[in-house]
Amino acid sequence: MKLAFAKPYRHWVNGCLLAVAACGLTACVTINIYFPAAAAEKAADKVIDEIWQTPAGQAPSHNPDKAPNPTPKESNVPAATPAVTLSVNQESAP
Amino acid sequence: MSSIIKIRKPWLGKLQLFTLDCYHNFKHLIFVMIFGLLSMQVHAAADLDVNTPAVAAVKASMQNRHQLLSPHYLSGAVGLTADGFVAVKDAGLVPLSQRSALTALVKDENADRAKLYQGIAAANGHPEWEGEIQRTFAQRWIDRAQAGWMVQRDGQWARK
Repeated sequence: MKLAFAKPYRHWVNGCLLAVAACGLTACVTINIYFPAAAAEKAADKVIDEIWQTPAGQAPSHNPDKAPNPTPKESNVPAATPAVTLSVNQESAP
Repeated sequence: MSSIIKIRKPWLGKLQLFTLDCYHNFKHLIFVMIFGLLSMQVHAAADLDVNTPAVAAVKASMQNRHQLLSPHYLSGAVGLTADGFVAVKDAGLVPLSQRSALTALVKDENADRAKLYQGIAAANGHPEWEGEIQRTFAQRWIDRAQAGWMVQRDGQWARK
């Protein structure tokens, strides 16, 4: 009762499977040999950030050593905004 | 009894046999696919591991030393070399009394950098990648250096 067509094709099918398996294995080996340049660059950036303590996403030209630098800048920004609105009010009042 | 069933639903038995036959033929393929998926998962985690205890220790040591080295980078006394290390570029910018300390600082930094490249390669199971990792770092140190630092490009020192 076995399907008649299945038997004669078995050798052909097994051959194909062997080829697929061989391709799969070579692909794995090939991927392993290559150096992951992009991953290495990402890792390098991460390590450099940690060592130089550059905040993530900060321009490299910014000086990261002076920790107090960002704080006055941050305090300057809110101070600058009311000053602008105040001057606008003074101008509009008279 | 079984012959009656066969007559009633002959396609059912054939379907079962066909399914079995398919399984026999394709079980290798199924195994290969499972193996492939597993290895793909391994490769998908292609990020380089930089968090082993050895690498973390080197990073901490370099982080502390950076506070001492930073003024020398800015003055131009120490520069970043093209091969991923640091070197005394102009010792004349440092008072005589501090020069031996500076030399020691540069020597320690370079020892740590060598350990860092080696450690990352080893942490990822490919000690032979050390050279490539060092080249990658050499490029990134220079790219990310602050304006005013001395960097080595094409064998020439230049102020960034």
